[in-house]
Amino acid sequence: MHPYTTDMYEGMLAETIMLPGHNGEIINAYYARPLGPGPFPGVVLIHHMPGWDELYREFTRKFAHHGYLAISPNIYFRFGHGSPDDMSAKVRGSGGVPDVSVVGDIDASARFLKSLPLSNGRVGVFGTCSGGRQVFLVACKTKSFDAAVNCWGGNVVQPKEKLTPAQPVSPIDYTKDLSCPLLGLFGEDDKNPTPESVRQLEEELKKYGKNYEFHMYPGAGHGFFYYPSVVYRPEAAVDGWKRMFTFFEKYLGTPGRGR
Amino acid sequence: MCTGIVETAEVSGSGKGPRGWFKLEQVNVSYDHPVDAGLEHALNIDFVNQKEGPGARVAVELSPESARNLVKAILITLSQAAPAIEESSTSSTDTQAKQAKRQ
Repeated sequence: MHPYTTDMYEGMLAETIMLPGHNGEIINAYYARPLGPGPFPGVVLIHHMPGWDELYREFTRKFAHHGYLAISPNIYFRFGHGSPDDMSAKVRGSGGVPDVSVVGDIDASARFLKSLPLSNGRVGVFGTCSGGRQVFLVACKTKSFDAAVNCWGGNVVQPKEKLTPAQPVSPIDYTKDLSCPLLGLFGEDDKNPTPESVRQLEEELKKYGKNYEFHMYPGAGHGFFYYPSVVYRPEAAVDGWKRMFTFFEKYLGTPGRGR
Repeated sequence: MCTGIVETAEVSGSGKGPRGWFKLEQVNVSYDHPVDAGLEHALNIDFVNQKEGPGARVAVELSPESARNLVKAILITLSQAAPAIEESSTSSTDTQAKQAKRQ
């Protein structure tokens, strides 16, 4: 990480773009990058169940601020457009977003970042809540990522009775195909994933000799990064962000303002 | 917790959203993250009409206790109104029968 000093120039470009997603269908995405020639590592952000919202725009800019090409595709694009909470309600009432289109959109976003002349060729993936589950899914179903961060992804261990047409397979069943190092951040008080289901996932990762690092925070539940909400836990959040940036730097290369 | 707990039902009636009144066709009831209520999880009720777009929505986010109070209030109201509902249903059936006879 580049230490900031007050004499430094700093700049960022952040905007909505259109790009081909799953099956080449055009979707929109929020893209942010540091100014400068790069090369920069990239991160794809998978937004949470409450939608493609302001928090995810902030997270996207946070990654750009830390020296990454960052993109957050709107994985609810095919459901239409409205306020983020109306869209989230629509997706929830329609049985959820299909795993197949999520994997396609996220994979396409990684390809987009790698195609940029500013890219150092390495891309990570980050997601929280349902996005954490989808991080695990894309890290198993594609070979597009060099590092993955799953924050409190529920239903990675998905019981049979909770499988649906949109989510037909429990992601844990794909563990043997995990294609990159995985960082997991979880809260001890979370009800989904419970510490027990995190332990189950850990057993499966060990079984297949996967490279992973899990952290379980006491006194934290689901969504402890979400500062506008009652679930925010500052100590866990500060430590979690630090671990995440260290992890990404290790596997994606040095971020920064150009080299 | 991303619970994925959702129940849906068909409804008829009207709801008032940000653009005024609209016809309701479905209600989605879930227990999951609220957007605005100061709760980790809430009983969320969305009255919607998908044909009119995602903005045609009347939403509430309730604590579980409030949701139970709401259910009780609805059931008590329906039970007090039972004779009137029955009468209205009978008279509606009579009207339909008369109309059918005329045709």
